[in-house]
Amino acid sequence: MSRARADEEEYWHSSKFRAFTFDDEDDELSQLKESKRAVNSLRDFVDNDDDDDDDLERVSWSGEPVGSISWSIKETASSSTSSLEGRDSSLRKGSSSYAAFPRQVSSYSLSSLFKGRNKLPSFQSLSDALSDTGFKNYNPELRRPKAEYKDYSNDWSPKDTVRRMQRGKVCSLERFRSLQDKLVLLDEAVAGHDGNVITAVLIFLKRTLRREILFRELEVRQVALCHLIHFLKETGEQKLLLDLLRFLDRTEEVALSQYREHLNIQDVEKRREFLKGCIGLPFSSEDTSHIQDHYTLLERQIIIEANDRHLETAGQSEIFRKYPRKASILNMPLVTTLFYSCFYHYTEAEGTFSSPTNLKKTFKIPDKQYVLTALAARAKLRAWDDVDALFTTKNWLGYTKKKAPIGFHRVVEILQRNNAPMQVLQEYVRLVEDVETRLNLATKYKCHDVVIETYRDLKDRIQLTAYKCKVERGSAEEDKINSILNNMQIRWKN
Amino acid sequence: MAFAGRRDVPEPPDFGILKRLARDQLIYLLEQLPGKKDLFIEADLMSPLDRIANVSILKQHEVDKLYKVESRPAISASDQFCFLVRPRIKTMRYIADIVNADKMSGRSRKYKIIFSPQKFYACEMVLEEEGVFGDVTCDEWSFYLLPLDEDIISMELPEFFRDYFLEGDHRWINSIARALQLLNSLYGPFGKAYGIGRCAKMSYELWRDLEEESEADGQGRKPEIGNVFFMDRDTDYVTALCSQVVYEGLVDDTFRIKCGSVDFGPDVTSSDKSIKVLLNAQDKVFSQIRNEHFSSVFGFLSQKSRNLQAQYDRRRGMDIKQMKNFVSQELKGLKQEHRLLSLHIGACESIMKKKTKQDFQEMIKAEHSLLEGFDIRESTSFIEEHIDRQVSPIESLRLMCLLSITENGLIPKDYRSLKTQYLQSYGPEHLLTFHNLKRVGLLTEQSAGETLTAVESKVSKLVTDRAAGKITDAFNSLARKSNFRAISKKLGLIPRVDGEYDLKMPRDMAYVFSGAYIPLSCKIIEQVLERRGWLGLEEVVRLLNGNEFSVSGSTSAPG
Repeated sequence: MSRARADEEEYWHSSKFRAFTFDDEDDELSQLKESKRAVNSLRDFVDNDDDDDDDLERVSWSGEPVGSISWSIKETASSSTSSLEGRDSSLRKGSSSYAAFPRQVSSYSLSSLFKGRNKLPSFQSLSDALSDTGFKNYNPELRRPKAEYKDYSNDWSPKDTVRRMQRGKVCSLERFRSLQDKLVLLDEAVAGHDGNVITAVLIFLKRTLRREILFRELEVRQVALCHLIHFLKETGEQKLLLDLLRFLDRTEEVALSQYREHLNIQDVEKRREFLKGCIGLPFSSEDTSHIQDHYTLLERQIIIEANDRHLETAGQSEIFRKYPRKASILNMPLVTTLFYSCFYHYTEAEGTFSSPTNLKKTFKIPDKQYVLTALAARAKLRAWDDVDALFTTKNWLGYTKKKAPIGFHRVVEILQRNNAPMQVLQEYVRLVEDVETRLNLATKYKCHDVVIETYRDLKDRIQLTAYKCKVERGSAEEDKINSILNNMQIRWKN
Repeated sequence: MAFAGRRDVPEPPDFGILKRLARDQLIYLLEQLPGKKDLFIEADLMSPLDRIANVSILKQHEVDKLYKVESRPAISASDQFCFLVRPRIKTMRYIADIVNADKMSGRSRKYKIIFSPQKFYACEMVLEEEGVFGDVTCDEWSFYLLPLDEDIISMELPEFFRDYFLEGDHRWINSIARALQLLNSLYGPFGKAYGIGRCAKMSYELWRDLEEESEADGQGRKPEIGNVFFMDRDTDYVTALCSQVVYEGLVDDTFRIKCGSVDFGPDVTSSDKSIKVLLNAQDKVFSQIRNEHFSSVFGFLSQKSRNLQAQYDRRRGMDIKQMKNFVSQELKGLKQEHRLLSLHIGACESIMKKKTKQDFQEMIKAEHSLLEGFDIRESTSFIEEHIDRQVSPIESLRLMCLLSITENGLIPKDYRSLKTQYLQSYGPEHLLTFHNLKRVGLLTEQSAGETLTAVESKVSKLVTDRAAGKITDAFNSLARKSNFRAISKKLGLIPRVDGEYDLKMPRDMAYVFSGAYIPLSCKIIEQVLERRGWLGLEEVVRLLNGNEFSVSGSTSAPG
C-alpha cells in the first residue's frame, strides 16, 4: 500500500466515510473490468443462436425503440421533408401497414368508468356562457344525479359558482356586476385553491373592471395577484404587466421584465441597442453594473467578430489558418470571450479591444479567473513558454519564482488534459504544495522524479523501496532510487 | 424494489390499472373523431405516452401520421387534425395559427384538441381571442398518474415546480386533487392522511371538497393504500441538492432517466447502437443494485458474472438430454441476465469515466462539509473555482443553492462575488436566473429577510386582520428561512461519528449519501409514522413553517 493510500485511509477512518474513491486506479474498477471481460467472453456463445430479442426492445438507428411513438414521429418528420413522391410512398406504406394490423378491441373497456365530464365536447367558451343569460346545458352528463340539473338559472352563489367551475363546468359570471360581488367571487376562488378558477375569475375581472381598480384590489390579495402576473407573462401582455408592476412599486421587477425581452431579439445590432436602453432601468446598483457589462461585452464582441471574420477570410493570419474558428464569438459569456482572446489575440497590446489585458481591465476580471482561462487557452495551443511566463514572477533582486493565484494542482490538471510533455508537467507537479496531493498527482501521471524526491524528503524508506517496482528495470529512475537508498547520510524514519 | 422476502411490506396494489384506464380513455377520445386523422403530440407528452400506448394502438384507431407540436407549420393532406397537448397558451396559439392559415387558404378540416391532464379556462380564452373557438372541439384526457414501476407513480408534471413555487400559481392543485380522487376510487379509501406544507394542505382540502359529493362507492372496501403523506418540495430542498451516490441516482445523473427509461449510448452497449432500457423491478439485475451505494455495486456485478460463467460452464459434459433441458429451460433466462449484466457493467464504466474526469470526490467532500457546517470558507472557494473553470453551470448552481440553504443564505459579500463570477462564466442573462432562485428561496442573501418584513408590514396595514394573516402566510413562504441547521440537529440528520460507516450493511438511511446525511423528508415521514401523528414534533414543525396535518380515516377535516 502506498503511503498516499495509507493517509487517505486515515482520512476515511477519521471521518465516518468509507474509503471509496472515484479513482480509476481503484481495485474495484479492475474488478469491474474483469467482470466485463468475463461477460464479454460469453458473448460468442450467446450471440450465435440469438434471435429472440424477447425482452429488449428493437431499436432503430437513432436509438428509439421501433414502434415507439417518439421514433415514429421522427420518421414522419424525415419523410415529410422528403420529396412528394417519397411522401406518397410513405403514405401508401402507412396505409398498408395499417391494414396489416389486426383490430384488437379491448374486451375490458374501462372507458365507461370515466366521468361524463371527460366526454363533454365543449362547444361553449367561458365568455359564450357569460353572455348567454338563458344558459342551458347542451351536454347532459352521464353520471351526475338528476338533482344537479334542476337549476340552470343564474342564481348560483359565489361559492357554488366556484365549486362548479372547479369541476370543469361552464358557469356564467356575468351576473357578478357590483364590485362587491366580483371581489367576493374572487375571494371564494382563492379560498377554493384552484388556480385555474382563480385565473378564470381574473380574466372576467380584467374585462369588466378599470385597471386601476383591479390593481388596487389585487394589491391586498397576493395570491390572486400572483395569478394575474403569471397570466400576463404567459399571454405576453407586457404593457399591462409593466403597468401593474409599476403600480405595485416593484421597480426591480419592471426592470428585469424589460431586460428579459432581449432574449427574443436575434439581430445583434438591435440587441446591442436594446441593452443600451436597459442600462437606465431601475435595477439595484449591483445589477446595473451587470447590465452595463452585458452591453459593453456585446459591443466588444461585435467589433472583434467583424475584425476576425475579415482576418479569417483574408487568410493572411497564421493562427486563423491553423485553427479555424468553430463558432462566432457573439453572445458568448465573458470567460469564453477571454479564452477566445487568449487563443487568437494573446500578444496584442492593451490598446486593442481584442487583447486579453484589455478585457481583464475593462471587466475587472479577478486574477484567479484570468489565470485559469489564459492557462487553458495557451495550453491548448501547446505554448508552454507562455504557460511558464504566466506563473513566473521576479523579485527586486532579479530572482525568479513560480507563483499562482490558483492551486498548482489545478494547473497540473489543465496541463495534463492538454497532453503537456512530461518535462512541463513534472515541473508543475513539483510545485504542488500539499505533500499528499503532490504524491497523488505524481503517481497518477508517472512523474517518477517527483515521487522519488518526495519520498526522500519524507525519509520514507519503505515507500521508496516499494516504488522501485513501478519504474522500469535499469532506467535512470531505478538508479536514482538505488543511490538514494544507499545514501548513508539520510536518516530514514523507517 | 424487492418486496419479496420482506414480510413487513405488503404487496403494492396493481397500479397497472392506471395505465389501462389511461389507454382506454385515449382510445375512446380518438374514436370521437372517426376516420383517418393526423395526430400532433406535444414533445413532453411523448415519453409518458410511450409508456402506455404504442404506434400500432394509435394506428388501430385510425391515426395516420404523427407529428411533434413545434413552431414549424404543419404540411399535411389529412382532413382531420387531432392535437394531444398540455394546457399551454403557447400551444393554443400554435394550433390557432394552423386553423387560421387553413381558413385563409379555404381549406376545411376538422380539429380536435385533447388536453392532458385537463383543460384550463385561459386556453379556451386564447382560442376564442384567436377566432378559432367553435372550429375546434376540446376534450380532456384525464391521464393524471403514470405508474413508472411496481411501486412508483408519477404525475409527470415538471412544470408544477415552477408554476407553484416560482410564480405562485395554484393551477395544478386541482389536478393533484383529481389524481387523489382517482387513487381513492381505485384502491379504496386511504387509511390515514398526513401532510406538511401549504400546497400539501390546499391539495388535501380541495380533494376532500371534490370527494364530498361523489358517490360513496369506495366506502366499506378494504383499503389497499394505508397511509398517504403529502409533502411540499420546499420542506426539503437539501436532499434534492446533494450528489447522488446510489446506483440508480448515478445512472440518472449520467444518462438522465426519463419516465422510468434510459438511453444507453454506444459506449455502454459496446456496439454502434444506442439502446433504450426500462429501469424497473422487472430488470432482475437493476432491481438488486438500484438502491445500493455505488461502491457495493462492483462487487455485486462481478459475483453475478462469475455465477453466470459457472452456469454456462455446466453445459460442458452434458449429455444430449441434459443439453436439451438446458437449452429449453435455462438458456433464455441466462441469456437475458447476460444481456442485462453487460449493460449495467457498461453503465458503471461510463459513470466511473465521467466521475473521475470531474473532481467528484472533492465535490462530495465539499457537500459533506456544507451539510455538517464545517469549513464553509473552503467549500465556498471550491464552488468559486468550479464556476471559474466553467464546469457544468447546473452543478455550480446546485452547489450554491446547497450553500445557501444550509447557511440560511449567503453572506452578502460571497453572494455578490459568486454571482458576478457566475455571470462572467456562463453568461450575463443568468441575472434572471439569480432573481428567480432568490424568489423561490433557493439562493438568497443573508439580509434579505428584513426588506421583506418591511413590505409585509406596509401591506398588512392596508387590509383586514383575516386577510392579513393570509398575506403573512404568503410572505412567509417567499421569505422563509430554511433553518436547516436547527432541523438537522433536532432530528439528528448527521449521523454521529463512531468508526467506519458500513455502506454494505448500513444502519440507517444515511448510506444513500455515503453515511453523511439522512434525507430530511424521509426522516420526517419515519417520525410521523412512528408517532402516528405530529405529537412531539412541534419544534420541527415550527422550523418547517407549519401547515402540518394528520387525519384518520380521511373523512374529517384536517386539524
